Amino acid sequence: MSDLAVESADERVKNVSLISRLMKRPELGAIAGLALVTIFFLFTADPKMFTLAGILNFMTPAAQLGILAIGAALLMIGGEFDLSVGSMVAFTGLIFGAAMVTFDLPLYAAIIVTFIVAAAMGAINGQIVIRTGLPSFIVTLAFLFILRGLSLVGLKAATGGSTQLRGIRAEFEGSWLADFFSGEAFTPFFYWLAEAGWIDTFKSGKPKVDGIPVDILWFVLLALLATWVLLRSPFGSWIFAAGGDSNAASNSGVPVRKVKMYLFMFTACCAALVAILTVMDAGSTDARRGFQKEFEAIIAAVIGGCLLTGGYGSAIGAFFGSIIFGMVLIGLSYTNIDQDWYLVFLGSMLLIAVLFNNMIRKRVTGER
Amino acid sequence: MTTPIVEMKNIEKHFGSVIALAGVSFSVMPGEVHCLLGDNGAGKSTFIKTMSGVHKPSKGEIVVDGQKQVFESPRDAMNAGIATVHQDLAMIPLMSITRNFWLGREPVKKFGPISYFDHKYANEVTMEEMSKMGINLREPDQAVGTLSGGERQTVAISRAVYFGAKVLILDEPTSALGVRQTSNVLSTMDKVRKKGVGVVFISHNVRHAMAVGDRFTVLNRGQTLGTAKKGEITAEELQDLMAGGQELASLEASLGGTV
Repeated sequence: MSDLAVESADERVKNVSLISRLMKRPELGAIAGLALVTIFFLFTADPKMFTLAGILNFMTPAAQLGILAIGAALLMIGGEFDLSVGSMVAFTGLIFGAAMVTFDLPLYAAIIVTFIVAAAMGAINGQIVIRTGLPSFIVTLAFLFILRGLSLVGLKAATGGSTQLRGIRAEFEGSWLADFFSGEAFTPFFYWLAEAGWIDTFKSGKPKVDGIPVDILWFVLLALLATWVLLRSPFGSWIFAAGGDSNAASNSGVPVRKVKMYLFMFTACCAALVAILTVMDAGSTDARRGFQKEFEAIIAAVIGGCLLTGGYGSAIGAFFGSIIFGMVLIGLSYTNIDQDWYLVFLGSMLLIAVLFNNMIRKRVTGER
Repeated sequence: MTTPIVEMKNIEKHFGSVIALAGVSFSVMPGEVHCLLGDNGAGKSTFIKTMSGVHKPSKGEIVVDGQKQVFESPRDAMNAGIATVHQDLAMIPLMSITRNFWLGREPVKKFGPISYFDHKYANEVTMEEMSKMGINLREPDQAVGTLSGGERQTVAISRAVYFGAKVLILDEPTSALGVRQTSNVLSTMDKVRKKGVGVVFISHNVRHAMAVGDRFTVLNRGQTLGTAKKGEITAEELQDLMAGGQELASLEASLGGTV
């Protein structure tokens, strides 16, 4: 009997069509959306948008948002929100800037201090949510204001009244570590490509694009890492379980509190990474850094297939969701369309994504 | 006569001034289904919570494999081989069957310093364990949410058995199920029994109990009204014991003997 049963079970495996298999992937919506947006701009935008320079042009803001979105996605899958990431970017930017300018720390020490402070703030967020059982929405909303306020107060204290802290570039110039967090990577490779005539050059022979911004590399690296953790590690299972049903998860021996704690800390560290990248790029930091990024990050995660209720989603989806964002933000300037349609587009995308996600969830769980 | 896997001797449990259990004795033999019957409020829940380490008994002792044990937490009971499948299952609907099956005990493979979830092995074992229980999965990565209530019970039961449960406590596993699913769960219990696992089946449905039970213990008002072997007692007698005889008899008469 058992042989027969196994055989018939195997036969049915083949009957599951590729399409219905794909329909169950959370990132499907984001990939479909990206395809649509790409087609839209292929028809309406200046062809320059899809040259190498154009692509890097929209990938850089996509990457800066995407790093936040990947953190937000993991946290959402784990069943919690963090509305304070935008303010966290400003706050950790201040810590990073002040560490170097005010306290004269070397770059490596400033980076370490920034990450430690971010992780600690994330841990505080997490502890309050876990211990009180309050919705993370409210707790982190409080921190949205607290951290933004602290950034303002701190900046004024550090600069003697200004809300902008300048002179950061001079502090890290020449440090070997700076190359990992600012500028472009693979520059010699791009010069080689230019010499071989593979990519566009200026008349002087200098390539128009002389490297990939490091932001994009961090973005890709984090997306791969987060995807691996979600799909291939036991911890990934615990994240899904903590968000899916935290009671059932702890009954099965999953350390739910620890998992959520780590996720809050990770999200805060993603914000710190964005702060370091953008502050080093600009050479200064100000209180408006990361303004409203928390919403954009959550929207990118939702477009990427994360359910607002937790327990379902993907990091690679958030990756594509962020690229959609960058494409529309920058892409509209290559068209004749008024740039302010960006906001309309943003809201519509969110709405469509939520409806689509709900449909997918019903399909996955077989609800009718 | 083999020794019982678990023996509960004269268990008493007091919550303040309320006496929830007033000296209950109960044992589970390997390879038997021991039904624990009782009406609501009879103390069934308190009793199994004591057995699974959630409550500490006020008096009495718990003997596992001939050795006296004190359970400080559900973990201790689990480590002693006592697993509970709760009414509200420890299953996460949006996650795959495999991930649910292994949740909290994921098998890992090492690649250098990195250890990763061994999906291939996990899927194989899950498929095999499920087909042993008579459930042929289309694919092991299908979400638990797509399974019926009875199938979910079966996943939960086979998970507990796979991870070495010697005694399985099933808390009203059939109460929310349809006829067909109920018989699936009952036949799963039969398969588990044949593996030598002792099953404690909590129910207030006499017919379900009679279908698989080897022994029957009736609780009423925190006390055992006695334990009977299969064939020694009829369904009607059990029903009477559970409801406290007299009252139900008069009720039954007015309903035409359908309860």
